[in-house]
Amino acid sequence: MDYIPNILFAITLIIGIGYFVKNIRKLIRNIKLGQDIDVSDNTSQRWKNMGLIALGQSKMLRRPVAGILHIIVYVGFIIINIEVLEIIIDGIFGTHRIFSGIGNLYGVLIGSFEILAVLVLVSVIVFWIRRMVLRIPRFWNKEMTKWPKNDALNILYFEMVLMSLFLIMNATDVLFQGMNSGNIVSQFIAPWFGDFSENTIHIIERSAWWIHIIGILIFLNYLYFSKHLHILLAFPNTFYANLKPKGELNNLEAVTKEVMLMMDPNADPFAAPAEGEEENEPAKFGASDVQDLNWVQLLNAYTCTECGRCTSQCPANLTGKKLSPRKIMMDTRDRLEEVGKNIDANKGEFKDDRKQLLDDYITREELWACTSCNACVEACPVSINPLSIIMDMRRYLVMEQSAAPTELNNMMTNIENNGAPWPYNQMDRLNWKNE
Amino acid sequence: MSETLKVPTMAEYMAQGKQPEVLFWVGCAGSFDDRAKKITKAFVKLLNKANIEFAVLGTEESCTGDPAKRAGNEFLFQMQAVTNIEVLNAYEVKKIVTTCPHCFNTLKNEYPSLGGNYEVVHHTQFLKSLLDDGRLTIEGGKFKGKRITFHDPCYLGRANNIYEAPRELIKKLEAELVEMKSCKQDGLCCGAGGAQMFKDAEKGDKEINVERTEQALDIKPEIIAAGCPFCNTMITDGIKIKEKEADVAVMDIAELIANAQDL
Repeated sequence: MDYIPNILFAITLIIGIGYFVKNIRKLIRNIKLGQDIDVSDNTSQRWKNMGLIALGQSKMLRRPVAGILHIIVYVGFIIINIEVLEIIIDGIFGTHRIFSGIGNLYGVLIGSFEILAVLVLVSVIVFWIRRMVLRIPRFWNKEMTKWPKNDALNILYFEMVLMSLFLIMNATDVLFQGMNSGNIVSQFIAPWFGDFSENTIHIIERSAWWIHIIGILIFLNYLYFSKHLHILLAFPNTFYANLKPKGELNNLEAVTKEVMLMMDPNADPFAAPAEGEEENEPAKFGASDVQDLNWVQLLNAYTCTECGRCTSQCPANLTGKKLSPRKIMMDTRDRLEEVGKNIDANKGEFKDDRKQLLDDYITREELWACTSCNACVEACPVSINPLSIIMDMRRYLVMEQSAAPTELNNMMTNIENNGAPWPYNQMDRLNWKNE
Repeated sequence: MSETLKVPTMAEYMAQGKQPEVLFWVGCAGSFDDRAKKITKAFVKLLNKANIEFAVLGTEESCTGDPAKRAGNEFLFQMQAVTNIEVLNAYEVKKIVTTCPHCFNTLKNEYPSLGGNYEVVHHTQFLKSLLDDGRLTIEGGKFKGKRITFHDPCYLGRANNIYEAPRELIKKLEAELVEMKSCKQDGLCCGAGGAQMFKDAEKGDKEINVERTEQALDIKPEIIAAGCPFCNTMITDGIKIKEKEADVAVMDIAELIANAQDL
C-alpha cells in the first residue's frame, strides 16, 4: 500500500510527458510542411543571436518596464524548475526533499526560489494589471478577443497559482520549517496555518505538492495549444532567423531561371525540356497557403506569443488600417493547425478543404496596406518576420493571379515600357541637367 | 540655373577611355520628379565643388525594380535588375552612390545574387567620407543653431542600419539636431515604401505621412531633413496638409549642405 503514491506519481508523470512529446512531434511535422530554406550559413552568428536574443532577452529591454518584469518571470521560471527535479525524484522514490542532505546550500537554493516565487507572483500580477486595468492598447487590438485574450489570461492565472502553491507547500512542510533554513518567505506564511492540526497541515502540504506538480504537467501540455510556446520556440526561432540586412528581399530562383532564359539570345524557346524535367510541375510563385511558405516562416508562426509589439509599431495599423503584423502570424498558425488536423483526420494525407491562408484568413486589403518598412521585424523580441509572409503573398497575388491594385498595375506597366514607375520617356532621363 | 552643372555620362567617360571614381545612380524620382530633381542637382553641385570624377548613366539608366519587387512582381524586378546589371557590368562599374535609399538597398542587397557586385553607398555616407577626407568642407553659416530633425528613411535605417552618417552631417552644419519621438530603429515610415507611393492607402482613419509629420511638428523643428526623395514628398505633403509651409522646410541633407555653401 505504501507504494501507491509512487505508482500514481509515475503514471501521472508518464502521461504528462508522453502527451507533451506526442504534441511536439505533431508540431515538428506541421513545421516541416513548409518549403525548404537553407539556413546552414554562419552558424557561429546564429548561436550568438540565440544567446543574446533568446537566452539574454536583449530585445525585450527595448521596452524597459515590460522587459524587466519579463526577465524576472523568465529567470524565476527557469530557476524554480530546479525544484521540480527534486519533486520528481521525491515523487518516484517516495523520499522527502532528497536534496536537503546537501546542507547549507539547500537552504540558499530554496531561499532564492522563494524570493523568486514572490517576485514572479508580483510581476505576473503587474502583467495582469497592465492588460486588464491599464488596458495597454496592444493587448486590445481586434485580433485579441476570445481565445487569444483568454489564453493570455490563463497563462497569468496559471503562474499565479503555481507560485502560490510552491510557497504554501513550503509553508506547510513542518519538517522544512523545522530546518529553519531557506524558508525566507514561507516562514511568514506558516503562521497562517498555525491553528490547524498537524494532520490537516500535512494534508495541505501534500495537496499543494500534488497540485503543484500536476499543475506543472498541465502547464507543459497547455503550451502546444497556446501562444505560450515561445518559451521553447524562441530558441530555435532566433537561431534560424534571417541574418541578412532587413531590407534585402530574397530573389526567387524559379524566376531567375526564366528571366535568364528570356534574356539569353541563344536560348531556343521551342526546345524540349531537358531529360528528367518533363515531369516537374512548374513552381508556384509566392504563397497562397501555409504549405507555400518556408518552414522558418511556419516556425515563426508557432513562436509568436502575441505580445503585439509589431502591431504597435506598424505604420498601417497606427493609422487605422486593417493590417496587423501580429494577426498575420496568428492567422498563419491557425491555418497551419487546421491543415495539421486535416492531415490527422485523413490518415496522413492532406485532403483539399477549399480553404487557404489567402482570403479565408488574411485579406488582400491587409496585404496591400503594408509599406514594407520593417518596423514589425525590428520590434519582435524573438526575431519573427511577418513582412516576409506579406511579401510572399503579394507575389502570389501578382504573379499567379495578376491581382494587383490597378494603380500598381499602371506603375508596373510604366516600368516595363519606359523604365520608370511614371509615364516618362527613358530618353528624357537626363533632362534635369539642363532645366 | 545660371551656372552649368558638369554631369558627364558613363558613355562619355568610356569614349575617352577613362573610368570615373564613382557612378551616381540618379534614380527615377531624382530624374523625373520636380522636387527630387532639386536634390539631384544639389548633390551634383557638391560633387562638382569637390572635384569628384563621377558619371551618370543618363538615358541608359532604368528603374532598379524596387517598387515592382515590393509590389510582388518578381519577374519585372529581375528583368529590370538583369538589364541594369548588363549595363553596369559593361561599364565595369565598381562603386555607386545614390540619393535614393530604395535604389541603394536594391543595388546593394538584391543585385549581387543576380551578378551585380558593386560597392554601393548612400549619398549621406559619400558626403560624410568626402568631409572626413577633407575633400569637401562645410561651415555652419546659414544653419548654425537651427532646429533640425532627421526623418530616418526605412530603407536606409532599419533596412541597412545606417543612422549616423546623415546625423553627423547635420551636426557639421552646427545645427541643433533634435530627435522625434520615433527615431532611428523605431523610426516611423513616411508611408511611401513597399510601392505605396504609387497607390492610394487602404481605408483607415489617418494618412501615415500626416501621422509622421505630426510627430515631427511636435518637437517644433525649423527644418525636417530627409534622405530619400519619397520621404521628402510625403513629409512635404504632410506639412502642406498641416498648413505649416511658412514655418517648416523639408530639405534633403544634400540640399542643406549645398545651401550652407551658397551653391
